[in-house]
Amino acid sequence: MFERIWHMLVKEFIQLKRDRWARFRLIVPPLVQMLVFGYAATFEVYHVPTVVLDRDHSQESRELISRFSFSDRFRVVKIARSDAEVEDAINRSDAALAIVVHAGFAELLLKGQSAPLQVIVDGTNSNTALIALGYLNLIVQQYAADYGADLLRRGVGAPGAGIVQVGIEQRPWYNADLNGRWFFVPGVVGSLTLVLVVSLTASAIVREREIGTLEQIMVTPIRPAEYILGKTVPFFIIGLAEVALVALFGTLWFGVPFVGSPLILLLGTCLFLLSTLGLGLLISTLSKTQQQAFAANFFVLNPMFTLSGFAFPIASMPEPLQWLSYLNPLSYYLVVIRATFLKGVGLDALWPDLIGMTLLGSLLLGISILRFRKSLD
Amino acid sequence: MSAPAAAQIEVAGLVKRFAGVAAVADLEFAVAAGEIFGLVGPDGAGKTTVMRMLAGVMPPESGRIVIDGIDVIADPERAKQHLSYMPQRFGLYEDLTVDENIRFYADLFEIPRRLRDERIGPLLAASNMAPFRRRLAGQLSGGMKQKLGLICALIHTPRILLLDEPTTGVDPVSRRDFWRILYSLRESGVTILISTAYLDEAERCTRLALLHQGRLKYCDTPRRLKQLMPGVLLTIASPDARAVRDTIAGLEGVSGVLLVGDGVRAVVDDEARRLPELRRALASAGVPFGAVARTEPTIEDLFVALLRQDEEAA
Repeated sequence: MFERIWHMLVKEFIQLKRDRWARFRLIVPPLVQMLVFGYAATFEVYHVPTVVLDRDHSQESRELISRFSFSDRFRVVKIARSDAEVEDAINRSDAALAIVVHAGFAELLLKGQSAPLQVIVDGTNSNTALIALGYLNLIVQQYAADYGADLLRRGVGAPGAGIVQVGIEQRPWYNADLNGRWFFVPGVVGSLTLVLVVSLTASAIVREREIGTLEQIMVTPIRPAEYILGKTVPFFIIGLAEVALVALFGTLWFGVPFVGSPLILLLGTCLFLLSTLGLGLLISTLSKTQQQAFAANFFVLNPMFTLSGFAFPIASMPEPLQWLSYLNPLSYYLVVIRATFLKGVGLDALWPDLIGMTLLGSLLLGISILRFRKSLD
Repeated sequence: MSAPAAAQIEVAGLVKRFAGVAAVADLEFAVAAGEIFGLVGPDGAGKTTVMRMLAGVMPPESGRIVIDGIDVIADPERAKQHLSYMPQRFGLYEDLTVDENIRFYADLFEIPRRLRDERIGPLLAASNMAPFRRRLAGQLSGGMKQKLGLICALIHTPRILLLDEPTTGVDPVSRRDFWRILYSLRESGVTILISTAYLDEAERCTRLALLHQGRLKYCDTPRRLKQLMPGVLLTIASPDARAVRDTIAGLEGVSGVLLVGDGVRAVVDDEARRLPELRRALASAGVPFGAVARTEPTIEDLFVALLRQDEEAA
């Protein structure tokens, strides 16, 4: 039993050694993807192009606008002279945000009344729009507070113009600067491993079926389990190496901290790999050609990726989709990998996710071993 | 078509359907120990399907297959210890060397290292493959690939060898090597079932089975099969073979008109009656022709004639 598996392993690694393209595929695309995600995938918002229309032409309005000019969150790209110009700038996507100061702005402020400020935002990208509005609020509140304090100090203006503020002291744990990269880099390790191991495993067996070597293997006394282990153990080893490579790259290049236990990450990765190997095998038993396997990968991996919590929070999804995430090994692994990178929590916190992956992995592997037949149909 | 006494391969009532269409229908034959039994028939006749079912890699719909006393359908894994099967498509790893492929198959069959070297040496020598041990299988010629396949198939000294069109696309020299090995295997008691599309090879078999549309049409020794030839095969020499063909095709009692190198070949149902008619037709059409001679039919002629006869009957 073990000897035959060993001989399969030797064969697989000799083939891998000779396959320059496979070696390239194992190292270069994952690192490139890590670089791209590390730099590009961020929800933070900077330099929102902004158009300004000032109808008040007061010292107050100029002061407010200058606060936007000096903020690195906004970039004033145009001073408009009419509503039409504002509309035009937004339509042409020259600006994503418009600030209109109506005439009488300073007068109202001086009276201690609420002075309206019109803000138009391009809602096409709702996420960016929301975040930009958040920053805009901060700047306007700060301005109002400063203005009120100034009036009080100078003793001018209407009574009660000084506004009481409630200050919020934020203290984000685990990622004090709320650095988006810290969130994404560990996630990339998980999703890369999923895509790589599932597609490699699926195509490995289908390839043998397609080129005819499987038919020759079938007339030997090898047992289905021996063949399957011989085909999957290499990808288990490759998967572990891949996680180590990409995780090291993420910590060394992007400076993402790794505060948890490498052993817990190793355990979680092993359990996750069971699921990915099982999924790849299942696809390979359902596909006759590599093209079919490729299409199946696409259909399975895309929703898994979207529903994993890699980018979109699972808690915000409709309930039926949240149930689906319980069947998604990646959603468990992302919890484990983010927790070991950033939180440093242990088994006491992660055991439900580890058990989830164990169950899914055994189920997928079991089904595909039962489905694999040493026969053609 | 009587089953030989000591049948090594016994097939009865074998049926296989693909998507409802019968690929093999009610097949029955038996192969005796030490035979080289040929399975011939046009493409799509079901030869590969039969081979795969015999090898235990494709379960049949119904029927019985017994190889070396083992029920292949009930216990394919035990049967695989005694038989060897070479698929039509090269089934070895092209990115492994000759040696690595042989070693891999020896490992899968758990052949002890010492025994393995004793076997590999003579096999490599007999197939003239010894100089290519370190070459990648993918870089071998078609003939060498098939010989490598045969070596890997023989590593566990099977008693029954199933070869699916092993010489298709193989050069004549390698084909001769290949058949020499088959004959020496036969002498050492191996039973061989071979399918082939080359009908000149079919003549080298001890017995032949003609498969057509999944059914066994004829099964006998090549010599006796030739006696089934309907009518007489004539060769008409002519400098203008096309004109001869166009003139005689369609005459009553004439069939299977075929251009050959030096003239035309045709089958006539009654030589005494048709020969004068042929000459008259050619003369009146002004087509030049020379000698008209009776020709010994080849297996190819025979099968073409037999299959046409069946089609006309249907």
